[in-house]
Amino acid sequence: MDARIATENPEITAVAPGGLAVPPELRPLTMSPLNRRRWQNFKANRRGYVSLWLFLILFLVTLFAEFIANDRPYFISFEGKWYFPVFVTYPETTFGGDFETAADYRDPYLQKLISEKGGFMVWPPIRYSYNTHNLDLPTPAPSPPTWMLTHEQCQHVLERKGLKSCSDLEYNWLGTDDQGRDVLTRIIYGFRISVLFGLTLTIISSIIGIAAGAVQGFFGGWVDLVFQRVIEIWTSVPPLYLLLIISSMLVPGFFVLLGILLLFSWVSLVGLVRAEFLRGRNFEYIQAARALGVSNVVIMFRHLLPNAMVATITFLPFIVSSSVMQLTALDFLGFGLPPGSPSLGELLSQGKANIQAPWLGITGFFTVAIMLSLLIFVGEAVRDAFDPRKTFG
Amino acid sequence: MDATVTPLLSVRDLSVAFRHGAHETLAVDRVSFDLTKGETLALVGESGSGKSATALSIMKLLPYPSARHPCGEVRFKGRDLIKLSEREMRRVRGDSISIVFQEPMTSLNPLHTIEKQISEILLLHRGLTGAAARKRVIELLTQVGIHEPKERLGSYPHQLSGGQRQRVMIAMALANEPDLLIADEPTTALDVTVQAQILKLLKEIQARMGMAILFITHDLGIVRKIADRVCIMQQGQIVEHGTVANVFRAPEHPYTCALLSAEPKGKAPPLNPNGPVIVRTDDLKVWFPVKRGLLRRTVGHIKAVDGVSIEVRKGETLGIVGESGSGKTTLGLALLRLISSEGPVAFLGKSLQGLKFKEMRPHRRDMQIVFQDPYGSLSPRMSVCNVIEEGLWVHQPNLSAAERGRKVIRALTDVGLNPDTRFRYPHEFSGGQRQRIAVARAIVLEPTFIVLDEPTSALDMLIQAQIVDLLRDLQKRRELTFIFISHDLKVVSALACRLLVMRHGKVVEEGPASEVFANPQDPYTRALFAAAFNLEIAPEGVVAQ
Repeated sequence: MDARIATENPEITAVAPGGLAVPPELRPLTMSPLNRRRWQNFKANRRGYVSLWLFLILFLVTLFAEFIANDRPYFISFEGKWYFPVFVTYPETTFGGDFETAADYRDPYLQKLISEKGGFMVWPPIRYSYNTHNLDLPTPAPSPPTWMLTHEQCQHVLERKGLKSCSDLEYNWLGTDDQGRDVLTRIIYGFRISVLFGLTLTIISSIIGIAAGAVQGFFGGWVDLVFQRVIEIWTSVPPLYLLLIISSMLVPGFFVLLGILLLFSWVSLVGLVRAEFLRGRNFEYIQAARALGVSNVVIMFRHLLPNAMVATITFLPFIVSSSVMQLTALDFLGFGLPPGSPSLGELLSQGKANIQAPWLGITGFFTVAIMLSLLIFVGEAVRDAFDPRKTFG
Repeated sequence: MDATVTPLLSVRDLSVAFRHGAHETLAVDRVSFDLTKGETLALVGESGSGKSATALSIMKLLPYPSARHPCGEVRFKGRDLIKLSEREMRRVRGDSISIVFQEPMTSLNPLHTIEKQISEILLLHRGLTGAAARKRVIELLTQVGIHEPKERLGSYPHQLSGGQRQRVMIAMALANEPDLLIADEPTTALDVTVQAQILKLLKEIQARMGMAILFITHDLGIVRKIADRVCIMQQGQIVEHGTVANVFRAPEHPYTCALLSAEPKGKAPPLNPNGPVIVRTDDLKVWFPVKRGLLRRTVGHIKAVDGVSIEVRKGETLGIVGESGSGKTTLGLALLRLISSEGPVAFLGKSLQGLKFKEMRPHRRDMQIVFQDPYGSLSPRMSVCNVIEEGLWVHQPNLSAAERGRKVIRALTDVGLNPDTRFRYPHEFSGGQRQRIAVARAIVLEPTFIVLDEPTSALDMLIQAQIVDLLRDLQKRRELTFIFISHDLKVVSALACRLLVMRHGKVVEEGPASEVFANPQDPYTRALFAAAFNLEIAPEGVVAQ
């Protein structure tokens, strides 16, 4: 009762009308019908589709975090010359300052030097970078969002800078953390580093996991038996304790953390891919390929891998979100990225330490919650899209 | 049918629609038929004709709500089953209507003993437990002809043969003495000899219990043997109905005529006793070791192929027949060196014994295989063009893209497919078309020898005949040598010029096809032919249960 009913009289339409005359044409560069069907299924899940776009927009925007939130201007015109501080570090002496050190463009002294010579600066929308300390805090850090400040709170800053009302101050839209750094800027950078970390970890661990699973599933027998036991022993090592030990010996940077988490995350796909290969290697089209004399490597790549990929791709968004979660958890515990890095976990732990400053905890919570929810929604839609009952049904 | 008798089951204008996403397909279109007590009605049609959907909707076993009935009623003993609630329906199922499915391997729960499975139904509908239930189960197993029923009570499904499992399924269906038994292709998955036994059993039980049988099948031979009346279905509609005698003698609808004449016809190619030998084996053995214990010591062997010697000459077709498990497919794979075997295999005069995978590669372009399942033998992720040209990539890597394309087009034209369809994917083709693609993949390398492993078994009758014609035509035009493996003797008789009958890995009879068919010597061969051509069962002891 399936598609065959729709194909009207299949055996009769099959007769070739002088087929030899047809010139061999290049294969059109379009999506295969199967993938087109999947894309339709994916789009039919509105929540997942919208989530994908939101996530992509957020990711693309934060990828250019330096152009949104930075303590260096995009562009300076000074004495008839053009400078691009976003890309190049200039010493202060370039603009008539006294020191050979890198120019601090937020310094009122430097700003005055530039404007006196008729120069001007073009700033990003937010004039803080993730490690910029706001030196004009109206209250002791952590300081509340500027729009929440009372006149009394900002009075002494206003007097010092000669301004009239709180709204004339440089805005910290989501307040500052306990070191006077802008929270909004830190979550923009934090989102980027989390997603990049999650994606990198997922891609590398998938490649290793798929390769290992493919070899085990395809060759089976002793290879499979030995590998499976090794993996069983490996997964029984508690990763958190190992991480604590390693991070006390190595300075845990982005790549060290990536390496450590990679040691354990690659096993997650092995079982799945192995099962797909074990199932797939007995299919008749694999036998047919063998009968054609196709080599093992080609069989694995051309015939088995594409079929194993469906199950794998379904898992990927969930692996990304669990990788992000791992990084956040480590940061929260203080074993993650080095101090000063813009990390969401660190923001959450600041929120925990500063109950009187709810903007820290709330911001951290919503950022992590929205990011993970988007990924999970995308994952659900991907799972639906690859559901064979929907693809063929 | 006598008009004064109220029918037991009366189906009126029944339609079934399946929804996929936004659009709906009508699988069954306003079907009407009646069934009286003690009568057998056969529903005949190709796969996809809606015969199973009709049967399942009587039991209301379709995947609702993605399936629905736009119109129609199913009157059973005066009640409209379509309008019954799920609760009331559960009381009907397994009690007054029961069903036997096609696949005995998957319709029994592998984790329960057969006693438990049969007594569950007795408990549900009659509340029988303990000794009373056990007594009834033994009675039922005796009825369906299971030997030593008491000893079989504790068996699990995997310990039974396919035929025995189907007998257990029938016992379950009969447990509450139903008024209507729906048999959905109950013998399709079984060997011909077992099929004959099951059909005889159903007939006997019907005579004893007087129930009505709705028999769904695609095999007209079975219809002639078992049914009183027949409904021919095509694309969801009943195109012809009547008594079996009338329909078979004077079919009216063109589709019925086509079905009746669809049996594979034509003559096999002549023997070629002086032609060059293509493949020769001598005492070929494929033994699978049975390993037991901690150290995996070999305690014995399963002798899948045990000492078979064959010789195939150019242009001939050697038919290999036998029941499932007789080793015929294993023999085919061993000849192509796709599994390891013992004993010399010579191909085109060269010994293939001991060659490694890479050393085999140059020979592969001359030997090809076509498999049984047209759905499993094509990679779903490759376009037809890629599927066919894969062999060319391996064996003629220097071919330009244009030349490769020309060869693919020629192969597709040869198997009767439109070459414009070569960028489509396998799931867009029907079963018969897919089998043609599989044949195209085999012939594109211009081999001399092809092993055909049940290439027609998964296809409908009409399409079987077309594929048989295609193969014979290709053989003549390209001077191919075939080994044709099948359990379907009708197809074999249309293609094979020499015949090899296998049982338990050994050859029981061998010779020119015409002689073997006309005058079978071995009692097993005779039983096989009787079952296949006349659906008659062999005397006890010759074939397994």
